[in-house]
Amino acid sequence: MKKLVIVLLAIVAIAASPVKQGFEVGDTAIDFKLKNVDGKTVSLADFKDAKGYIVIFDCNTCPYSKAYNQRIIDLNTKYAAKGIPVVTINANDPAASSGDSFEEMVRIAKQKDYKFPYLVDETQAVAKAYGATNTPHVFVLSKDLKVTYIGAIDDNSRKADAVTKRYVEDAADALLQGKPAPTPKTKAIGCGIKWKSA
Amino acid sequence: MKKLVWLILFALVLSSAALAQNISQIKLKDLQRVLTTKTDRIQVINFWATWCAPCVKEIPLFEKLRTDNTNIDITLVSMDFDLDPDPAKVERFVTRKNLQNKVVILAETDPNAWIDKIDKSWSGALPATLIINTQTGKRKLIQKELHEGDLEKLISEVSN
Repeated sequence: MKKLVIVLLAIVAIAASPVKQGFEVGDTAIDFKLKNVDGKTVSLADFKDAKGYIVIFDCNTCPYSKAYNQRIIDLNTKYAAKGIPVVTINANDPAASSGDSFEEMVRIAKQKDYKFPYLVDETQAVAKAYGATNTPHVFVLSKDLKVTYIGAIDDNSRKADAVTKRYVEDAADALLQGKPAPTPKTKAIGCGIKWKSA
Repeated sequence: MKKLVWLILFALVLSSAALAQNISQIKLKDLQRVLTTKTDRIQVINFWATWCAPCVKEIPLFEKLRTDNTNIDITLVSMDFDLDPDPAKVERFVTRKNLQNKVVILAETDPNAWIDKIDKSWSGALPATLIINTQTGKRKLIQKELHEGDLEKLISEVSN
């Protein structure tokens, strides 16, 4: 009887707790299978020798994504070589943002010569699971998918040369040294992800 | 003759400048005052930017709300400063759209230092709308584009 009460209480407690949306720093993220701009499917597990990952929810159209485009390319150049590749994901609903169609993603990846995956999250399930809200929105993950950093790339969206805090670089450097990110979570003004209308 | 042309041009420039709404640039503490000063008028604060398509789309809802409900205060807070500190684009937008609501520019850098001070649950994504009953402290934050009827519903929710 006592056991039953405890079980019932546990069920009530679970049911009453608010549904948690997205990952927090310290959580274990999920891997995914998404279509890349080259038509092939990409998963984090495909990077056999990776020491971690810089997952960035990004898009074609947001002025913040445009402002950070070169900085994202530079992040990959610097950290892919050290074992922490950049993986970008576009979750914007093309019905709400026509410039974010798969064809436009292919065009931009070609034009900017992306050396990293630019994946389409057609169902928006990955963005929702991660709790991504903005573009660009960065999640730094360890090799075993522990979230070590969530937030902005740095502290100056407008001017790359006026940046004083490089949040993602600091998190990636810390990951390479087996240390926690010095600033594990930041926020930035940005474009909201264009969700499909329910 | 040439002089006359110049005079006319000069007058045109002057008059167009006079038409543009003068938009004040505010600091975080000014905004916080709006969020916390006790008043019996519901505060509706919309965070938007000229580059943000869904923001621009929902702005007419706030203009309509202003004429429908005179017992609330609406503030449209431009977040353009972060990418472009020149207020000209915002001023031109407000003039072109003939916005009647109060528009201000939040002139602060390093958003990570202050987004939580506006609302802890805000991601920083635009558009975002904050509706506050300063008497009871009840507040609602909506982090997506609003549609017809949403504002009225939210206002009644914080009013009781």
